Amino acid sequence: MSTVEDTPTDVPQYQKKDFMSDQTIRWCPGCGDYSILSQVQTVFATLGIPKHKFAVISGIGCSSRFPYYMSTYGFHTIHGRAPSFATGLKLVNPELSVWLVTGDGDGLSIGGNHLIHVIRRNVDIQLLLFNNRIYGLTKGQYSPTSEEGKRTKSTPMGSVDHPFTPAAVALGADASFVARTVDIFVKEQRQVLTDAHSHRGCSFVEIWQNCNIFNDGAFADFTDRKTRDEKVLFVEHGQPLRYGTAEAPKGLVLNNRLQLEAIDLDSPEAEARVLVHDETNLLLGTLLARLQGSADLPVAMGVLYRVQRPVYEAGVQAQLDHAAAKPHAGDLARAIAGPSTWTVE
Amino acid sequence: MNEAVSTPSGSSIPRQVLDAVVVRFAGDSGDGMQLTGSQFTRTTAFHGNDLATFPDFPAEIRAPAGTLAGVSGFQIHFSSREVHTPGDQPAVLIAMNPAALAANIADLKAGGLVIVNTDKFTKRDLEKADLTSDPLEDGSLSGFQVVPVQLSTLTKNAVESLGLGAKETDRCKNFFALGMTYWLFSRDMALTEEWIQKKFKPPYDEANLAALRAGYNFADTVELFHSGYEVPPAKLAPGTYRNITGNQALALGLVAAAQLAGRPLFQGAYPITPASDVLHYLSTYKDFGVVTFQAEDEIAAIAATIGAAWGGSIAVTTTSGPGVALKGEALGLGVMVELPMVLVDIQRGGPSTGLPTKTEQSDLNIAIYGRHGESPAPVIAAQTPGDCFYAAIEAVRVAVKHMIPVILLTDGYLANGAAPWKLPDVASLAPIPVKFADGPSDGQEFRPYERDPQTLARPWAIPGTPGAEHRIGGLEKQEGTGNVSYNPDNHHRMTEIRQAKVDRIAADLDPVEVYGDDGGLLVVSWGGTFGSVRAAVDAGRTQGMKLGHLHLRWLNPMPPGVAEALARYDRVLVPELNMGQLAGLLRQRFLVDTVSFPKVQGKPFKVSELLARFQTLTSPEA
Ligand code: SF4
Repeated sequence: MSTVEDTPTDVPQYQKKDFMSDQTIRWCPGCGDYSILSQVQTVFATLGIPKHKFAVISGIGCSSRFPYYMSTYGFHTIHGRAPSFATGLKLVNPELSVWLVTGDGDGLSIGGNHLIHVIRRNVDIQLLLFNNRIYGLTKGQYSPTSEEGKRTKSTPMGSVDHPFTPAAVALGADASFVARTVDIFVKEQRQVLTDAHSHRGCSFVEIWQNCNIFNDGAFADFTDRKTRDEKVLFVEHGQPLRYGTAEAPKGLVLNNRLQLEAIDLDSPEAEARVLVHDETNLLLGTLLARLQGSADLPVAMGVLYRVQRPVYEAGVQAQLDHAAAKPHAGDLARAIAGPSTWTVE
Repeated sequence: MNEAVSTPSGSSIPRQVLDAVVVRFAGDSGDGMQLTGSQFTRTTAFHGNDLATFPDFPAEIRAPAGTLAGVSGFQIHFSSREVHTPGDQPAVLIAMNPAALAANIADLKAGGLVIVNTDKFTKRDLEKADLTSDPLEDGSLSGFQVVPVQLSTLTKNAVESLGLGAKETDRCKNFFALGMTYWLFSRDMALTEEWIQKKFKPPYDEANLAALRAGYNFADTVELFHSGYEVPPAKLAPGTYRNITGNQALALGLVAAAQLAGRPLFQGAYPITPASDVLHYLSTYKDFGVVTFQAEDEIAAIAATIGAAWGGSIAVTTTSGPGVALKGEALGLGVMVELPMVLVDIQRGGPSTGLPTKTEQSDLNIAIYGRHGESPAPVIAAQTPGDCFYAAIEAVRVAVKHMIPVILLTDGYLANGAAPWKLPDVASLAPIPVKFADGPSDGQEFRPYERDPQTLARPWAIPGTPGAEHRIGGLEKQEGTGNVSYNPDNHHRMTEIRQAKVDRIAADLDPVEVYGDDGGLLVVSWGGTFGSVRAAVDAGRTQGMKLGHLHLRWLNPMPPGVAEALARYDRVLVPELNMGQLAGLLRQRFLVDTVSFPKVQGKPFKVSELLARFQTLTSPEA
């Protein structure tokens, strides 16, 4: 569908700086976006894809300034609609590596409709949702992921809205890949971004991002070095769902009400009961996505769910190929004449 | 096939030669009136008449049977001369039930012929049509030639031997009516017979054929009519013709434009009346590499279109009024990022859901002004069903050459109306040159907002091109580099450039030509009212009125010579299917005292109402 040539065999050896643009970054000092930008640039350099084959597309919001800071192709579109722009581009240029950057307001409020549909169609893009649980660019209103009771400029008595769990929304929309990571978890974030890239289909990545101006410390319980181990479970396919400190290891089991339950791993019997992560299991993925870190339960990070299913643009292309093989394909005069004509002498 | 009665038999009924006739088929939405009308249209076109049609369907998919809300109509005007409109008043009305009769009888010409299915005139049928007395008996039809026919019974008799159920039998009655109509106008039925055989499976093919032939023979033998009619072929320009609706022509024009540009066509659309057919048609042209994307909503449809335009496709989004409103913000982005694309608005009655199945021209203002900020966009309007083909090509040509989103306006009347269309010679259609930008060879940064000195178009650089990496977006751009810029002077300058880009399109447009008299009353029209206005101007001039006709295809920018043309006439009348939007625009642009002639009834202008208006403006007291 495109005239762009195939990937040359000699892909340049990139460094992170090759993906940095010359534009001054305008995020607030200390914003979590800086770390994410740095990880994305670092990961891009390792993917073996020529720079001109990347397109970064965003909506509106603090995070959506992202394309301006990348030296690739970039499109800063309108509020909430980035998934649709990405779909259009990917349909006509399927070999591009398209990365979509959105936020909790952009992606789950004004753009909620497009988000679920790009996931449902399984367009082969990487969808990074920076979740800071607040509106930053408009200076501090509550967002669709803000916790109930949140006091902000627009909710002086506390928000009465119930929040979304982004990863659960994605799973509800039949995502083929759902992962979660945190801005400052450098190593884990790079791994998740790499996994997202290698997945064929819409890779949904929720990235917890600290807005140090309007919602500082929103994820502190989970990122603080002192409490992190007890509150964060890094999942890995085929590995037991273990977390906790070396002294007090914990694991997750399924209780008889089909809920995840934490147990102390204080005996070989306990170890044997721990669930093993199966990233192809939708029920398990959903239970993990919905863990909120309350009581002695953790939150789950890493690839929560991953399955292969047909990719939208490939299906579209297959129909085009099929049609192109028909007799008289692309015969304009024939199409114009239609089923019946007559001649006036 | 063999027993087909394909020419009028030796009946003794005289045949009168007529110049032009208007026929209307009316029935319940389930009666197959659109199908009957389109079959009659095909046959009439093959016979060599010029023609225009006006399908008029209810907004409800299936209103309760027999009610006024469920009446569906199809009008055709055919002639041995040039036809511009579907006709003011039918001379023949085929009414399949009381509701169809009640809803349409007021339009029938005095003394006109009305064929009525008397089987549907029970007390219950009359009640469903809100009638308190039977029009067949109460004298209300005394001014017409009424031809009562037991359509249902006769159809039943005709297909009896095929063993169909009652419901299926009744479904054949529209073919009985069509057969009668074919007899009335001395038409060969072979085309319809062939079509029935192709379209229907046994035993329905046999049943419909039997009904069709029975209708014909019935008219022939029963001496139902005082006279049959003959409308000789028109003298159309030599060439190969087909019947085409505006939506078919539009779809083909878009396909052709993409092929002329050597790029794949991308259509982003969300189902909406009366634009959905364009999505249906384009989805059958996959063999041309056409990608049709049925989006989750109108906004996604245009957003994907802009994404595809960035990716190097001939990108188009098709919609109708409410969809245009939803697409406003994204179209503003299109203006800002200066990518080539076409938004097609197939106008319908508004505001809000308005009259979804009826025609109107009330989106001129939203096309020209309907975005926030200073956001100019070129606007072109198609003038006939066949012109939708050429207007689509022209819209794409301008979009690509000037790197700009173009708005193409058609309307429900053009979209669904059919007319004979002389096929274009594909080889003679001018290519649409497309040049994608390369990355600079000197290792410099690519400059996405460097402009062509003539058109002010910026380069079209598609992702995947080595060295042309760049960022675009809705924030104001710095001229040249395309970097985000909040500089006050730059914003002012970029705003002027975006306007100048539209203005410079006028250099590509042919100067206006006024049809008719040079002086007197100038009638200015745009879009789908071309046919009615041209027919009325012709008629008025034959009556001795001094009339000129200026039809504007491009509304923004306007072609050269409009001001001069307006100045040459004593008065300027602007008939529009809105409340005076072009009239206002002409006043604003040219300080001319236009007289507006607004109509918003969901229907096209009648020639007679235009003539009456011309009369008052050209009479000495006016
Ligand atoms: S407002 Fe918050 S999210 Fe936005 S740039 Fe500043 S710190 Fe980051």
